[in-house]
Amino acid sequence: MKYFVLLAGYGEMPLWEDLSPEEQEAGLAQHYAFAEACAARDGVEMLGGEALADVSMATTLRTRNGELVVTDGPFAEAAEHIGGFYVIDAPDLDTLIDLCKVLPAYDMEIRPVLDMPEDAG
Amino acid sequence: MTWKSGRSSICPKTLDESCSAAPPETPAELRIEEVYRAEWGRLLALLVSRTRRLDLAEDGLAEAFARAAARWPIDGTPANPAGWLYTTAHRQVVGRIRAEAIAGRKAPLLAVSPSWVRPDDVPVELEDDRLHLILLCCHPALPSESRSALALRLVMGTSTEEIARLFLVSTATMAARLTRAKKKIVQAGIPLGGPFEDEFGLRLDEVCRTVYLAFTAGYAPGTGPDLLRADLAGDAVRLATVLHTLLPEAAQVRATLALLLLQHARRAARVCDGALVTLADQDRSLWRQEEIRAGLRLLDGLHTEVGYAEEVRLQALIAAEHARAIAPEATNWAMIASHYATLEAMTGSGIIRLNRAVAVAEAESPTAGLALLVGLEEILPGNHRVAAVRAELASRAGKLELAQASYRTAISLCTNEIERAHLITRLAALRTSGSLER
Repeated sequence: MKYFVLLAGYGEMPLWEDLSPEEQEAGLAQHYAFAEACAARDGVEMLGGEALADVSMATTLRTRNGELVVTDGPFAEAAEHIGGFYVIDAPDLDTLIDLCKVLPAYDMEIRPVLDMPEDAG
Repeated sequence: MTWKSGRSSICPKTLDESCSAAPPETPAELRIEEVYRAEWGRLLALLVSRTRRLDLAEDGLAEAFARAAARWPIDGTPANPAGWLYTTAHRQVVGRIRAEAIAGRKAPLLAVSPSWVRPDDVPVELEDDRLHLILLCCHPALPSESRSALALRLVMGTSTEEIARLFLVSTATMAARLTRAKKKIVQAGIPLGGPFEDEFGLRLDEVCRTVYLAFTAGYAPGTGPDLLRADLAGDAVRLATVLHTLLPEAAQVRATLALLLLQHARRAARVCDGALVTLADQDRSLWRQEEIRAGLRLLDGLHTEVGYAEEVRLQALIAAEHARAIAPEATNWAMIASHYATLEAMTGSGIIRLNRAVAVAEAESPTAGLALLVGLEEILPGNHRVAAVRAELASRAGKLELAQASYRTAISLCTNEIERAHLITRLAALRTSGSLER
């Protein structure tokens, strides 16, 4: 089962750029530990994951009345806190929750990734 | 097939009152009802474990009971009724899975945790897999209002109509809620097979909270004949009993069952002539003494616990003090106030402080109770009970202006019609007695 894990810095884990170099190093170590824990766990595979640049780099596209509007900034206030994501293949939700305990104390949202039909063309 | 379990038919060994009014049943119907109540959860848990199809298992088992209702009165009750039902239901589910395969559709299976072992496929000796089913229904990733409904439906076999009645929502709303919850279990990969060991205690706390929520729903004031739904709260008590049978050593489960038994024992005294009766005014001869004794025995087996188990134990000790008192005047309010103080220190809960204020008002004085209410509005904003309790204590302390103002605040905040009507009556009574005193 494929899952998307969204990492947000609302809670005890502040925004990455607000961390001291030492704290950033400790945080990175937790991300490496997470990768190792995923690799060590039966049936679990990390399919992807990226850290995102801070929100001042964000560009939002909206289509209104059929017209594409490009603006500066995130699409929602809440999105300001999003720092990165993972895509993980795991056998079940409890296994993934257990693994996420290794990560820094982000607020995390887990969503199953939908199976899309294979491209027939 | 129209047969389904319902309180309109016989309910043997039951906790609810409505049975005596039920029409006489044929022995086979009686037998089916008995098997339904005793075996539904075990049969469903096993079907779910073996087929990993939550949706099909429930329909298949309902169909098996419908067939039993048609066949048993003619063919006689089989020697192993549960085995017959299991085999029939399993055949149904397998048939549906085959039909899906032929149609080229493949519905996803329930996820399973790494430690999960499929139960043996021997329909004669039915294993008890209900704990896994309960843990699945009470998973924290499900909305809390769905958890108790799902546990009652899947583990106790309570009908959707009855669960809707319990939670005072329409059947359609409840059916949609149950469907969404089952869909989330499958799509989000909530696994069958129980949590990781280090999480087991916390998950069990969650299960107990879920059972308690289902229980208290039965005592939230509704309208007309459904003012209270003690019969359905009884299903939550039975769920707690099942849990205690499965995990006799678990302190939070034991404390929860004790609390439920002690509170539920008062059900017959809680309504009189279509109106709610407060604890002080209840006819205590209507309290079920055998259930109170069972609750007290469970409590005796518990010592000071930690965490949620201790919170529930203290709540149960408070219920026990009320249950022991042969008359309202005999209540040991000082003991109750002391339990509430401990609970408040543990939880920091405003609701507990409110209850503590009531106990302190009884144990010491209304003024001492009023002092504990100071600042409680900030902790419980919009809660009408803070104002209602202040009004009550102020009137007892002779502070009539405060009492009137507080009743008015409580009335403006209260959204429950029944409680609102009660508050309006109290305010009117106060005006009358107040003017008499002048």
